[in-house]
Amino acid sequence: MDIGTVVRDSGSTIHAKKSGWRSTQPLIDYKRCTSCGWCWAYCPEPAIRLEGGKYIIDYSFCKGCGICAVECPLHCISMVME
Amino acid sequence: MPYRAIKQLPAEEYLAPGHDMCAGCTVPITVRLLTRIAGKNTVVVNATGCLEVSTTPYPRSAWKIPWLHLAFENAAAAGSGVSAAFKVLKRKGLTDKDVKVVVLGGDGGTADIGLQSLSGAFERGDDITYVCYDNEAYMNTGIQRSGTTPFGAWTTTTPPGLLSAGQRTWKKDLMGIVIAHRVKYAATASPSHIIDAANKIEKAFSKGGPAFIHFLQPCVPGWKIDPSLGVKIARLAVQSGLWPLYEYEDGSVRTTVQVAKRVPVVEYFKLQGRFKHLMNRPEELTLIQNYADGLAAKHGYGPLVPASQ
Amino acid sequence: MTSRLGLSGNTAAAYAVRQLDVDVVPVYPITPSTTIMETLAQYAADGRMDAEIITVESEHSAISAAAAASAAGARTFTSTSSQGLLYMHEVLYVTSGLRLPVVMAVANRAISAPINIWNDQSDVFAERDTGWIQIHAESVQDVYDRMVQAYRIAEDSRVRLPVMVNYDGFVLSHAHGPVTIVADEEVAHFARRVASPFRLDPDSPISLGAIVWPDHYFEVKYQAARALEDSRRVIDEVQNDFRGMTGRKYELLRPYMAEDADFLLLAIGSVCGTIKTAARKMRSEGLKVGLIGLDVYRPFPGKELMRLIGGAKAVGVLDKAFLPGSMAGPAYTDVTSALCRYGVNVPVHDFVAGIGGRDIKVEDVQTMYRVLEKAKDNARFDREIHYVGLRR
Repeated sequence: MDIGTVVRDSGSTIHAKKSGWRSTQPLIDYKRCTSCGWCWAYCPEPAIRLEGGKYIIDYSFCKGCGICAVECPLHCISMVME
Repeated sequence: MPYRAIKQLPAEEYLAPGHDMCAGCTVPITVRLLTRIAGKNTVVVNATGCLEVSTTPYPRSAWKIPWLHLAFENAAAAGSGVSAAFKVLKRKGLTDKDVKVVVLGGDGGTADIGLQSLSGAFERGDDITYVCYDNEAYMNTGIQRSGTTPFGAWTTTTPPGLLSAGQRTWKKDLMGIVIAHRVKYAATASPSHIIDAANKIEKAFSKGGPAFIHFLQPCVPGWKIDPSLGVKIARLAVQSGLWPLYEYEDGSVRTTVQVAKRVPVVEYFKLQGRFKHLMNRPEELTLIQNYADGLAAKHGYGPLVPASQ
Repeated sequence: MTSRLGLSGNTAAAYAVRQLDVDVVPVYPITPSTTIMETLAQYAADGRMDAEIITVESEHSAISAAAAASAAGARTFTSTSSQGLLYMHEVLYVTSGLRLPVVMAVANRAISAPINIWNDQSDVFAERDTGWIQIHAESVQDVYDRMVQAYRIAEDSRVRLPVMVNYDGFVLSHAHGPVTIVADEEVAHFARRVASPFRLDPDSPISLGAIVWPDHYFEVKYQAARALEDSRRVIDEVQNDFRGMTGRKYELLRPYMAEDADFLLLAIGSVCGTIKTAARKMRSEGLKVGLIGLDVYRPFPGKELMRLIGGAKAVGVLDKAFLPGSMAGPAYTDVTSALCRYGVNVPVHDFVAGIGGRDIKVEDVQTMYRVLEKAKDNARFDREIHYVGLRR
């Protein structure tokens, strides 16, 4: 154990999955999505990232808060029961 | 060049997911934005609070940049220490880094118990950017009132009852206190207005001296709100005039986000359980509406437009 | 090359800080430590020391800025006394808990209320259990020498703990004495920087000060306590190296005519000078008395102490502090627990004196030795504290 409670493994909460916190999950309707990035900007985790020009949700970290669904300007994210 | 669109914001993240902040907490939205703009060469000093305990569950940490926590009331002083250290180590050739020192504290750690060390750091002109994430009560200990809890709000120590309508004092004017120190830069911000916030963060870093940004941060359990509504409620705070967005620079104050049509404070309140008891207390609501009208007039906000219109 | 200067304890400490290439100095005034920061501010203003002086708004911020600067890899120093030290209380634990090698000079002073600016050791004893290495000086020369040694001890990778150099307010902080100074370059070499095991560095980011849950907290605290216990080896090494450089001998304990003594006083700080005078007097009268100065108080050198007092017929502990309601003075409790732990059977008496600047005279010390002489055939522990110099 390192002295003084030093944590060298920075960003290591990435090993702590949070999917169990969720009762509903966001689904992006990619037919309507314009990849504006608002869902990414407002995600508190972050559980949304840009991959190949498309915003995708990492369900390992999504806590199901639903902010992305409320803030999506095109209303193309819906929250569905797990 | 100021930011104009979400797509222009830096993408590299310095707060990892998997932290323990509540679902729907608006604080990490701010922290993500702040650290993405700050970039790699940044040291974060964190006061004790929700953010501190939820992001560093030993032996793990959500932080990808150097992070320090000492105690509750001394984050500004710790920031001064880190800033001085890098300054002198660079002079002596013991580091080649110019780091930004970002201090993060809640409303308790900033406006109450931490006010003395904040005042000291600002009065000395130390090169720190202090960001207060104000969720308007001691949320980490279970929602006790602080000096920034708004008039009328329920908290566990200002419970409405036969003889009480909740918090009986008005929100402490933290910005006024900070500006009185003649800091290089001070601004209010909201997680709902990301571009406005991003430009303020960028400006704060560019000043080479004490800078302050005061974020209003809706809190899911403390405000008794639906976890999906934090950003929307923050936006209503701005639109009601209760949380005007402005900045202080070169001795003058400038409103940065104009509100043409104001919403009544009750529109902001009715999504929050902490104001539920006010819904049948027109006297208090009038007092608060008058207070919001005053703030709105000061910042040149437009007329009140009742929800029915 | 060495030189001799007339310095006060405070200016001697400041002189050492200048030589030690300290980087960050957060300071806040309080009597009787204030002249340290004044001297350092002048050094910086004259360009004789390249340090960031942070004129903080309180002692709480002084130690907080010092701890944070240390976390960032800077060599940091601060100083205080009395209420200031008490105001730091919370952050003293943080500093040792996070293993930050801050060095602090403390000009010891009584605690309010009633407010009193004169010397006793109540302030440092109130911080006895904060996990810091605590060293006490007997003379102005000690203040300088212990300061020169402090960073070598604090920054050693086997230690990584903060060090407090204590000396009596006014008696040592303000009274001037001859101090043999080590040349700047020799101090620089003696106390050269060592690689820090961690620091806030953007190239290899760490988090420091995380919340630690019950599954690790015990281990973390044990680790720091163990490091404090084991630091005596490093202190020994540093003392030996210091002796090699200067010829001046320092040990965890400072025995004086102790080897063959029947009656031993254990004491801390400048009062040891008075005790030596009294001891010489009583020796000339045929009473075999001696003294052990408790120079390094944390870690408490219990084992070493037992070796030195094994042959005595009675031992007295002089406390310049109160522990109200505890039946004993603070040093007495440490000494008696060491006696019990090592099974040494000798009568031990507790003397409380010198409170709030009350003078301890040679005659007072002689009174203490006479109490010990009378007590030699009595029970192992005395039933009550002897308050010496108290009007009742």
